[in-house]
Amino acid sequence: MSTLAANPGGAARPRGGSAGRALVRGLPLAPSVVLLGVFLAWPVLYCVWAAFTDMALTGASGADFVGFENFRRAFTSAEFHRSVFLTVVFTVLSAIIGQNVLGMVLALLMRSGHRVVRAVVSAIVIGAWVLPEVVAGYLWSAFLGDGGSLNRALAWVGLPEQNWLYTAPILAVSIANIWRGTAFSMLVYSAALSEVPKEIEEAATVDGAGTWRRLFSVTLPMVRRSIATNLMLITLQTLSVFGLIWTMTRGGPSGQSATLPVYAYQQAFQFSDLGYGTALALVLLCIGGIFSVIYLRALRLGESIS
Amino acid sequence: MTTDTPARTAAPAPAATRAPGRRGRSPHVVSALVVNLVLLLIAACFVVPLLWVVLAAFDESAGLSVALPQEISLGNFEAVLTTDTTYRPMLNGFVLCGGATLITLVAAVLAAYPLSRYQSRYKRPFMLTILFTTGLPITAIMVPVYGFFVQTDLIDTFLGTILFMATTSLPIAIWLTKNFMDAVPIELEEAAWTDGASPMQALRTVVMPLMWPGLSVVAIYTFIHLWGNFFIPFILLLSNDQLPASVSIFTFFSQYGNVVYGQLAAYSLIYSLPALLLYLVLSRRLGGAFAFGGAVKG
Repeated sequence: MSTLAANPGGAARPRGGSAGRALVRGLPLAPSVVLLGVFLAWPVLYCVWAAFTDMALTGASGADFVGFENFRRAFTSAEFHRSVFLTVVFTVLSAIIGQNVLGMVLALLMRSGHRVVRAVVSAIVIGAWVLPEVVAGYLWSAFLGDGGSLNRALAWVGLPEQNWLYTAPILAVSIANIWRGTAFSMLVYSAALSEVPKEIEEAATVDGAGTWRRLFSVTLPMVRRSIATNLMLITLQTLSVFGLIWTMTRGGPSGQSATLPVYAYQQAFQFSDLGYGTALALVLLCIGGIFSVIYLRALRLGESIS
Repeated sequence: MTTDTPARTAAPAPAATRAPGRRGRSPHVVSALVVNLVLLLIAACFVVPLLWVVLAAFDESAGLSVALPQEISLGNFEAVLTTDTTYRPMLNGFVLCGGATLITLVAAVLAAYPLSRYQSRYKRPFMLTILFTTGLPITAIMVPVYGFFVQTDLIDTFLGTILFMATTSLPIAIWLTKNFMDAVPIELEEAAWTDGASPMQALRTVVMPLMWPGLSVVAIYTFIHLWGNFFIPFILLLSNDQLPASVSIFTFFSQYGNVVYGQLAAYSLIYSLPALLLYLVLSRRLGGAFAFGGAVKG
């Protein structure tokens, strides 16, 4: 926030006079706008159109407009319902609960941890974040799979072994995603917490607030904008996770970890059904949009962007 | 880099707050001990899956579980360090991610300048769009992108893939760069303007030298992110000799039928190394990860 507020220049400068001047000033935006327009905005619009056709990957015959057929097919399909359900479970479990809470807990504990402990913990947690997602996927398949470390450990204490990638696939990929993504939230929250004035927290302590009371009534409300931004970013990132799930389970067994990106990929590229695949992709975009609007509304984040 | 100064001043703070409480020592010591133990416990949970890849890489008969190698050997590394398996995919990765990072950085700096320096009623909607695009599920739009690339003959070319990779990392890069640039005081540029410099000259000679730590953070973050990206090259590149390391690791299973886990682990280590090294540079030289967190949260 401070970085945004510390921009007196914008306000101090006179507003652009003529339209021509505004155009010249905006000119440096051109390369970005062109790239974003061609490679992001256009595909999104194309998605909207293709979702209403029966376009196929191999068919040279072109695509016919089929109206809401793809969506009707999706909304009446049990596979689609399961996929949306899995996507929401995956996002809530691994991003909103896992990464967010664990990241905040780490950031809070780090403040009073020993210097050496802090360095070790952040190196390990950030290491997991820096590793490429396919490697992270392999690590976790090895850890959770048949003959993996977790089963060895369970056998050692006398508990039954099982292939966790088959018995609890969505839980397995969620845990892997928490492992991989927590560092991001930790970094954002550490930076935010460091800007909370010590005096305010101390004043709360003097007024007799306990640790928990101080946390929930003073500290967390002061960083709520960071929480909103972070929640929005990690939610959107998690909604689109593909590589991790694909490496670990390929959406299986029999679709039990096929979140929307995986399901859409299978439909579009493996079953060559581009129209249906893009309809699914559009649903995914809408879910992302809904989450964003909720965060923006709930915390009025929009007002803080100058 | 206003954001990392609090980090340094915050570091001695716990000691300072502890000092007056010396008399009531024991509860304080106990709670500090609990905090450190909990932190170490979390770290231990994070490190266990990592152990496998490190140990298995040096063990020619490695299985799937964590085990100390019978004998430490470099055989796995020797086996994977060939042109087809390691060198070419790594080189492809460097060309793809390096090229894309360069384009991203240039476009982001140019875009950040007017966003940081001028007021406009389009600015807020633009920044909100950028924020939303930051998390746009790339997987969702890959289908039309694939179709578009086939129609324009960009499919299976480095140029097309680099441009697309650059575009996907552009939103977060613009967001970060703008926040870093906001921290550079405008007074210095006003002096340059008075001397007759154009805004672009001021950007190059005044602003950029002052924000190079921030720019390095953006560049390294972009590169690491792209280096780990699997989906984009997986879809957009088809010929085997063009695939970067992130995709070729995936062909490990099908290529060799019977998976040699030790070699997979060795390859994973080699592939992860550039990202880890760059991150080290970031944290040693630039107070980096922290600055990153500070720039995101805006």
